[in-house]
Amino acid sequence: MATEAKDAHAAEGGGLVFHPMDQFKVEPFFGDGPIAWYTLTNAAVWMGVAVLAIFALLVLGTARRAVVPGRIQSIGELAYGFIYKMVEDICGKDGVKYFPYIMTLFMFIVFANFLGLLPMAFTPTSHIAVTAVMAFAVFFAVTILGFVKNGASFLSLFWVSSAPLPLRPVLALIEIISYFVRPVSHSIRLAGNMMAGHAVIKVFAGFAAIAAIAPLSVVAITAMYGLEVLVSFIQAYVFTILTCVYLKDALHPHH
Amino acid sequence: MATQTPAASAPGMPQLDFSTFGNQIFWLVVALVAIYFVLSRMALPRIASVLAERQGTITSDIAAAEDLKAKALDAEAAYEKALVDARAEAHRIVAEAKAEIQADLDAAIAKADAEIAAKSAESEKEISAIRAGAMDAVKDVAKSTAKEIVAAMGATADARSITAAVNARLKG
Repeated sequence: MATEAKDAHAAEGGGLVFHPMDQFKVEPFFGDGPIAWYTLTNAAVWMGVAVLAIFALLVLGTARRAVVPGRIQSIGELAYGFIYKMVEDICGKDGVKYFPYIMTLFMFIVFANFLGLLPMAFTPTSHIAVTAVMAFAVFFAVTILGFVKNGASFLSLFWVSSAPLPLRPVLALIEIISYFVRPVSHSIRLAGNMMAGHAVIKVFAGFAAIAAIAPLSVVAITAMYGLEVLVSFIQAYVFTILTCVYLKDALHPHH
Repeated sequence: MATQTPAASAPGMPQLDFSTFGNQIFWLVVALVAIYFVLSRMALPRIASVLAERQGTITSDIAAAEDLKAKALDAEAAYEKALVDARAEAHRIVAEAKAEIQADLDAAIAKADAEIAAKSAESEKEISAIRAGAMDAVKDVAKSTAKEIVAAMGATADARSITAAVNARLKG
């Protein structure tokens, strides 16, 4: 399939060719062929690398259980403390029991993002299929949890009791719409950010084919790469903190 | 076969190639479940225990440090007290020594005074003896001189009357 694509690109005509989206193609990792649900694709491989990296950081890195931590253990503890404090601060003490789930999401996203920055790597989180599954999982989990924990009073989340009475129905409508838009924005924010940055880098890389502006192009790629490193972390952080906020709404729906 | 080429030939977003969704979702679920089990079974309890242990160590270290600090303060107080005691003792010894010296000095002065007094009394006695001797000599010289003068005048006088006359004169 790769050679096929290359031929097709070559046929489009000489000098400048931009294919910024090719990097997002999901392809079988070994050989060619159709993609069934079980096929080991590049997406699957890089998710697996993320799992292994998380295992290396949080399990192998802490294997010595040192009271005075080494470098890797420090990073692991930092990640633990960062997310634990976030969950505790936002959701309160009773949210702490959902900490492993939130930690799972954060670690997966942050590692998928960072590993995707390696040259030739694939970024699973740039795909709406991946982020939407996570966002809807959060959405449904939080909604079900809200009703289980609070019963019908979970609906008071939409009834802003601090607003003047005539405004409340209007606010309730807005609140309900915003509630159902949550998983959409939640997933598109992450996938869009990851995709856009990678695509922009690829576009600049395309310009490098012209000798005159190649140095500028390299500088631009470098700058974008730095920005992407930031974005990778920030988007993981944003996804996680929004998950915490939604969880807080489920646990304490009363304004 | 529908899965094979649409993304390759049509320049669109591979993200919207629904044929790959099943595959991605399957592997995503596998990855998330794997991460969840790694975290909840191994990593998180371990990190939590390490952090708790560290907290315990820090707490006990702080307690030990407080203990040592208290001990140091005690030692300092004891040192200060010993210093004050020593200073008082030194003062006492100095005062005692001074008193002793004063007593010795007083005794020596008194002794010297007594010796001086005895010596001056002795001298007094000697002087008065010398003075008495001189008086006698004067008396003798006066008697003999008077006797000679009386003889030169051509009269004789007995010794008793001359002595009486000289004595009366010397008293006058």
